[in-house]
Amino acid sequence: MTVTRSTEVTFSLNGQQTTVAAGTTILEAAQETGVEIPTLCWASNLTPVNACRLCVVEMEGSRALVPACSRECEPNAVINTDSERVALSRKMVLEFLDTTNDLTQSSELQTLIELYGADASRYSDPVRSEDPVKVEDDLFVRAYDRCVLCYKCVEACGDDAQFTFAISMAGRGFETRVSTEFETPLPESACVYCGNCVGVCPTNALQFKAEFDLRQTPDWDPESQTSTDTICSYCGVGCTLEVHTQDNEIFKVTSPSDHSVTAGHLCVKGRFGWQYVQPPTRRPPTNH
Amino acid sequence: MFGAGGGTSSYREVEEAEFVLLWGSNAREAHPIYFHHVLKGIKAGSKMYAVDPRRTASAKFAESWLGIDVGTDIALANAVAREIISADMHNKEFIDRATSGFESFAAHVESYTLEYASEATGVPPEAIKDLARSYAEASTAQILWTLGITEHHNGVDNVLSLCNLALLTGHVGRWGSGLVPLRGQNNVQGGGDMGALPNKLPGFQDLTSVESFQKFSASYGVDLNPLPGLHLTQMFEAMDEGAIKTLYVIGENPADSEADVGHTRKLLSELDFLVVQDIFLTRTAELADVVLPATVGWAEAEGTVTSSERRVQRVRPAVQGPVGARDDHLIIGDLAKRLGAKWLAESAEELWDEVRSLSPMHAGMTYERLEKLDGIQWPCPDITHPGTPFLHDWLWQEDLNGNPRAPFSVTNHEGPKEQLSDDFPIRLTTGRALDSYNTGVQSRGYNSPIRSGDRLQISEADASSLDLIQGERVRVSSPRGSVEMEIGISHDQPRGLAFTTFHFPELVDLNLLTNDEWDPKSGTAEFKAASIKIEKLTAGVSHA
Repeated sequence: MTVTRSTEVTFSLNGQQTTVAAGTTILEAAQETGVEIPTLCWASNLTPVNACRLCVVEMEGSRALVPACSRECEPNAVINTDSERVALSRKMVLEFLDTTNDLTQSSELQTLIELYGADASRYSDPVRSEDPVKVEDDLFVRAYDRCVLCYKCVEACGDDAQFTFAISMAGRGFETRVSTEFETPLPESACVYCGNCVGVCPTNALQFKAEFDLRQTPDWDPESQTSTDTICSYCGVGCTLEVHTQDNEIFKVTSPSDHSVTAGHLCVKGRFGWQYVQPPTRRPPTNH
Repeated sequence: MFGAGGGTSSYREVEEAEFVLLWGSNAREAHPIYFHHVLKGIKAGSKMYAVDPRRTASAKFAESWLGIDVGTDIALANAVAREIISADMHNKEFIDRATSGFESFAAHVESYTLEYASEATGVPPEAIKDLARSYAEASTAQILWTLGITEHHNGVDNVLSLCNLALLTGHVGRWGSGLVPLRGQNNVQGGGDMGALPNKLPGFQDLTSVESFQKFSASYGVDLNPLPGLHLTQMFEAMDEGAIKTLYVIGENPADSEADVGHTRKLLSELDFLVVQDIFLTRTAELADVVLPATVGWAEAEGTVTSSERRVQRVRPAVQGPVGARDDHLIIGDLAKRLGAKWLAESAEELWDEVRSLSPMHAGMTYERLEKLDGIQWPCPDITHPGTPFLHDWLWQEDLNGNPRAPFSVTNHEGPKEQLSDDFPIRLTTGRALDSYNTGVQSRGYNSPIRSGDRLQISEADASSLDLIQGERVRVSSPRGSVEMEIGISHDQPRGLAFTTFHFPELVDLNLLTNDEWDPKSGTAEFKAASIKIEKLTAGVSHA
C-alpha cells in the first residue's frame, strides 16, 4: 500500500475554511488571508524562537494557547486568532513587558498596548529593569532597560544571518541579559559591527549612536524625518539602503527585510559608513 | 565571459548550489552581504572550498582550504582540469555540443600532473584531487572570484582557466551553476555596461562594429571617433611618453590607488592640465588645475548602478549636497554643451531613457519598472521582459540558439612577474579589510571600533626568524620604494607571505611598494604580487 502525504492542509481560521501548503505556519496562513496576528520576537528573516507569546492563538482541543509563528497548520484544526482568551493573554504579555521595560520607543508595541487595553498600572510596585545605557563606541548604543529578551539580536548575530556569534543570553530569571562573552565591552568582543542586531531590535534597546544623540536634543522630530531607498556606495553587491534623515542629515541606515539582496542585513560599511557625506567633512568650496 | 561582460548567476543561486568554490576572494570581508548568501547555502548543506594564499575569514568557513602560493592559480586550475579528465568525470555530452577546442586543451593540461602542480602551487596533491572530484561530481557548482584572480600580470588567463573548469563539467548556463566575478566597487559593473571601456559602446556593443557605430553616430548627430581609446594603465604610459597632456579624472584617486604610486604622482604633476571632479579634495584633486565639486552619487543624486548579479538598481537623493556641488551628469552635460555638443537630457531619467534607446540589453528597464521590481537583471530587451537571473542557457540548447561554441582556452603557468630574490625574499600581497574601502576616502569618515590600521601581517615563523614582535615598526622595501609599517603576527599567514591592506595611504604609502607590471589583455596591474624585504629599524626602537 502506498502512503501519500498530502501537500495541502485545510483547516478553519476564524470560522473560514482555509487551504494552505503543508508546512505553512498559522501566522503565514493568517498573513496570506489577511488575518492580523501581532508579533514581537518573530521576523520574516529570522527563525521563530517562541519567546514572546504575543502571537498565541486558540486551537480547539489544545489545552494551552499555541504560538502562531511556529505552529504549523494541521488538517481540520479549528483556530481562533481573536477570542477573548487570546486577547486577555496578549494583554497580560504586554502588561508584563511594560511593567519591566521601557517600551516608549517602540511605536508598534505602543499601538498594541492601546489595542489590547494593556494597563501596567494594575500591578503594584513592579520591579523594573534599570540598566545604564552602554555607550562604548561611536556606532551604536545598548539600552538594556528597553530589552524584552526577544532573541532577535542573538539570532541575527548567529546562524540566521551574520554567523559571528558575538552575543548570547546570559544569566537566569530576572537577571537574564543579552551579553558578549564574559560581558567584554563590545569593541573588544567578537563583534564586527554589522549592526544587524540593531536592525532587528523591536524596542530600540539597540540604536544608532547618531539617533541616540539626536534624541537627547530638543531637535528630535519624528514628524520631519524622511526615509529614502538607495543603493550602498561601497562594494559591488548592491545592497538597498533605507536612509533615514532629519534636517538634511543622516541619522540611521536600515535595509528592507524583504529585499532579495540583503534580507534586511548589512555590513559595517553600509550601515555605518555614511558619515563622509555629512558636513563638516564636505563644506562648500570657499572660492565659489 | 562567452561574449558578455558580467557574472553569469544570481546571488540566490549560491544558496542552492551543491558546491561553491571561492577562488582568490575574501568575500566575508570584501563582499559581506554576498557572503550571507554563501553562508545560507552552507547552513543548508552545500560544500564550500576556498583557494587563497591566506587562511582568510572566508576560508575559515570552508570544508577545504587550499593555501596556494601567490600567482600560481593557472597551475592549480590546469591540474584540476587534468584530474577531472583522467578520472573521466568531464561532461562529454556538454563538451561535444557546446564547446570547441577540447582535444587540444586536454592535451595541453596533460603535463599538469598532481606532482607538478603541487610543487608549483604549494597545495598538497590530495587536496587538488579532492577539489577536482568534488567540483566535477556536484550536480550544481559555482566558482566565485575577485581581485585575487584578476590583479595579476596574467589576470585574464587566470579567469579563462576558471572558465575552462566550468566548460569541462557543464557548470555554467544552468540555475545553480555558474561563474561569478564579484565586483569590488558599487558601480564598476555599471561603468562597463555604460561603455566606460576603451573599445565598447553602452551595452557592450563593439565600437568597431559598423552597425552600432552608425546607430550611435546617427543618434548624436555627429561621427564618433571610431578608434578604440586607452585603458587606465595605457593612459599612464601615454602620459609618460608625453602623448597625453590633459587629463579629466572623475571620482578616482590614482594619486593614492595606482601601483608604483610614486611614479603615478610624478606623471600627474607633469601634465599640462589636470581636471578632477570629485566629492572631496583627494590627493589627486590637490594636484589639479581645476577641481569640479560633485554631489555624492548614492545619497545626493538620482541615477542607477549595476550590481555583481547584473541588477540595475536606482539610487535616489536622501539629502541635499553642499552649496556649489552638482550632480556628475549635469557637470558633464554643461561641459559638453560648452564644447558645442548637442546634449538634450536634463534629468537622470532622460539620460537613462537615452541609454534604453541605444542599448538593447537595457531597453525594457524603465525607471518605473526598476522601482517596482526592486531592480532588473540585464539583459532586459523589452518592457514585458522580467530580466535575466542567469546567463548562457543557450549552452544547453540543441542548436546553441545560433551562438558559436564556447572555446576552451590554453593557458600556461608562469607565476608572478616579480620573482623572489635574495634581496627581496618575501612575497607581499594586498587586500581589503572588513570596515574599510579602497584608499579610505569614504571609509575614514566613520569611526570604526574594529579598525586596526595598516599592519604588515606575517607568520609566526617569519617573525621569529627576523626577530620581530607584535606591533614593532619596521622598514619594508620593494625594488620600487620603501615605507615604515607596524608588524602584525598572524596564525593565518603562511611562511614567506606578507599581507596588508591599502586603505590608509595617509599612514602608510603602501603603493610605493606594489608592482605596476600589468596584464596586456586587461590593463590591470599586479597588485597581488610584489617582492619585499623586512628590516628592523636601527637601535632605540621601542617595543610597543
